[in-house]
Amino acid sequence: MSVTPIVIDEASAVDAPPADLPRWRRSWMAQPLVYFVAIVAVLISVGPVVFVWISGFRSTADLNANPAGMPDPWYFQNYVTVLTSARFWGSVFSSSLVGVGTTLGAIVLGVMAAYVIARYTFPGRQGLYVLFAAGLMFPVTVAALPLSILLRDLGLHGTFIGLIIPQVAFALPTTVIILVPFLRAIPNELEEAAAIDGTTRIGFFWRILLPLSMPGLVTVGVLAFIGSWNAYLLPLLIMAAGGMPQELWTLPLGVQQFSTQYSADTGAVMAYTSLAMLPALAFFLIAEKRIVGGLTGAVKG
Amino acid sequence: MTTHTSAVIAAPAPAAPAAPRRRARRDGRKWLEIGLFVGPALIVFVTFVILPVALAAVYSLFNWNGLTPLERFVGLDNYVRALTDPIFLGAIRNNFTILIASILIQGPLAIAIALLLNRKLRGRTIIRAAIFVPYVLAEVIAGLAWKLLLSPRGGVNALLEAVGLGAFAQPWLANPDIALWVMFGILTWKYLGFAILLMLAGLQGVPEELHEAAAIDGATWWQTQWHITLPLLGPTIRIWAFLSIIGSLQLFDMVWVTTRGGPVGATNTMAVYMLQYGQGAPGYGSAIAVILFVISLVVALLYQRFAMRRDLVGAITSGVR
Repeated sequence: MSVTPIVIDEASAVDAPPADLPRWRRSWMAQPLVYFVAIVAVLISVGPVVFVWISGFRSTADLNANPAGMPDPWYFQNYVTVLTSARFWGSVFSSSLVGVGTTLGAIVLGVMAAYVIARYTFPGRQGLYVLFAAGLMFPVTVAALPLSILLRDLGLHGTFIGLIIPQVAFALPTTVIILVPFLRAIPNELEEAAAIDGTTRIGFFWRILLPLSMPGLVTVGVLAFIGSWNAYLLPLLIMAAGGMPQELWTLPLGVQQFSTQYSADTGAVMAYTSLAMLPALAFFLIAEKRIVGGLTGAVKG
Repeated sequence: MTTHTSAVIAAPAPAAPAAPRRRARRDGRKWLEIGLFVGPALIVFVTFVILPVALAAVYSLFNWNGLTPLERFVGLDNYVRALTDPIFLGAIRNNFTILIASILIQGPLAIAIALLLNRKLRGRTIIRAAIFVPYVLAEVIAGLAWKLLLSPRGGVNALLEAVGLGAFAQPWLANPDIALWVMFGILTWKYLGFAILLMLAGLQGVPEELHEAAAIDGATWWQTQWHITLPLLGPTIRIWAFLSIIGSLQLFDMVWVTTRGGPVGATNTMAVYMLQYGQGAPGYGSAIAVILFVISLVVALLYQRFAMRRDLVGAITSGVR
């Protein structure tokens, strides 16, 4: 409310650089509140994560004596134990394999389908798009139980491929929905020019369309990878219930199993949980722009 | 009508008078390309997304343990059993409690924070990255971290004692009176950052000129936000709400790793119930899945009908273009 006088001043300040925001929005009176809110938001977001990391540097006895203290002394055994255990690296390997497989599958199948939907005219095109889009309404949760029975009948229960293919299937709706407008936006003139130069439509797809749509492919790829990396229900039903050895479970499954099995050893569970967070955070730091852009772009259509 | 005229009508454009056979061959090639390009995606999608949901509808009519042949047809008994089970009804109520709380609490909170942060700030990139961190973590891993923090001898109680609020210390997730709200708190921690970033992205689309014009007309900051920014943010808010609704109805991972629906069903959800009662009895579990599906679909369609018809997401009902 108290900003109004400043607004009037601002309106008369003709020589303010035009690209600048109106000063009333940056008024110094509002700044302390803004920074306060920002700092609180950051602390609440990151605090628990940091707390778990630090707790990983304390022995279980120390943690039991005082759950909230700082490490005294710093105790590295928890992290060393986890980092030298086969099951942790097995889980990292498994998550990576499934994540990469899901990502590649979703991109390849998705861009092919999206290409046809975006750039061919044929009866049924509309229906095809609606079919994929409707997939958004078919959540994994609903399909999970029959899916695991189906995979058992196909002999794919408890295998990597048996997890990757369904994950690709569930990533397809988002992939197609994001890619179709993207591919359609590529100008027709390019396609005509390519045709005049004697390129087939397949050639156009390979040599012109794919390179041009790289940003879109990266976005859907990142989304598919994160979805796979964080997935829990399908791995639970396909890997754990499918009888895959524990060392090959994906990270979320592996962490959960570890924390149940060693629930008394709080320090080790803290360390394992901390380390399990790292790959996702590292990936996020590398791909932040893509992730944020992709997620916000995805839901904005 | 003669064959000749109908052929003329069917021909779309008076382009080059291609010989019919060449045209047919070109058409054949086109359909081959379409088939080769869409085929793989279509097969995978139908087999592993559509078919399981259809199978769930079939299984739900049988009393079946998943191993023996599918022969003990029971009609709608599984549905009757589910919808008369107070535990399942409690789970549905919990899903809707989370849903409503998300919309009423997380939404305004996210909008308010986004409005405050939508300006030039020092360290803006770091702030954005930090508030997005919880969203990036797997729900399971975040859930386990919170389970450790909220345990009776965990970090939260210890911190409360350290600052002299020991009286508030309690077994957060084991107290049936508050467990659902604690769960909601964890979910808010996990998803608020995403909501804030979404709103910030939406705010980028609000033209600066409008603010300037309003300022010149003497509008206060609050008036500008209320009359200009919020209405223009409408599409973003509605899409966020849609995602939030679907997420609330499907809620599983977080609950499964922290409480398994306990204590005494206080945090139970439809999906958690489905796995607890349905893993050994896919017939019954499928009935739960179908109920969950129908509830989600009805809520989503109602929401689209009444809140989102002006926006895109018509993707599902209106198709391309």
